[in-house]
Amino acid sequence: MITCEESKTICSKNQYKEASWSERLSMWFHVLMCKTCFKFSRKNTKLTGLCNEASLHALTDNEKSQIKKKLGQDT
Amino acid sequence: MNQEEKIKPAHQLDPTVWVDQYADYLYNYAISRVNNEELAKDLVQETFFAGLNSAKNFKGTASERTWLVAILKRKVIDHYRKRNSKKGKAEVRMSYNNEGDGSWLEEQIADPLSKSENDGIENEELGLAIHECISKLPAKQAEVFTMKTIHGMSTEDICNELSINPSNLWVLVFRARTSLMDCLNENWFAI
Repeated sequence: MITCEESKTICSKNQYKEASWSERLSMWFHVLMCKTCFKFSRKNTKLTGLCNEASLHALTDNEKSQIKKKLGQDT
Repeated sequence: MNQEEKIKPAHQLDPTVWVDQYADYLYNYAISRVNNEELAKDLVQETFFAGLNSAKNFKGTASERTWLVAILKRKVIDHYRKRNSKKGKAEVRMSYNNEGDGSWLEEQIADPLSKSENDGIENEELGLAIHECISKLPAKQAEVFTMKTIHGMSTEDICNELSINPSNLWVLVFRARTSLMDCLNENWFAI
């Protein structure tokens, strides 16, 4: 039996489709019994949906440090 | 003038955190308006420069970010103005795609974009809301979440770059996601 903390971590991992089948199985057993984790995984899936919907963009670290350099903020 | 000086401004500028705190927010704002990543990056950079140059004009009534967004807005407008000032390029252009099988009229009049127009606005707001929440995360969590979710980097690459092990990474991702859920809770989760 896995703990809530573990189940939530696996759930986050699963959002990126990187949880192994044994991890998924143990998570499902846990989620069936634990209402909190059930809610958590539903919200987590929703968050993934929102992130996809928003088509997020971000500058890479490289680009950011380039801007910093140009602003004269060498780090 | 004297009165203004007496009141301690509610907000103060700290240009050293600008890039880390606001770059992504401004970048998203710019992209949704100019639809070009390279250009958006330049506009963000110009915004920071302009901000540095006119930092003394900052009255402290608005937050740092609002102030920078206001500058960026001007930059976007300037960009379109510059582009349109080139003669002959200001006319409206329409693209007719002849790929569809239906009648021309139906395809052109029943605008398939009209429904998604509102979605676009909502998505922009959503994107900005998410970035606002990301900027509130602890630096490490924000970094990992951005690399994983937005840049879509593989777990291995991120671990190498940040020299952490995968289980560390997943715990960071989990914490970041939990905070994000709380942060977005009021507005976006209708559960």
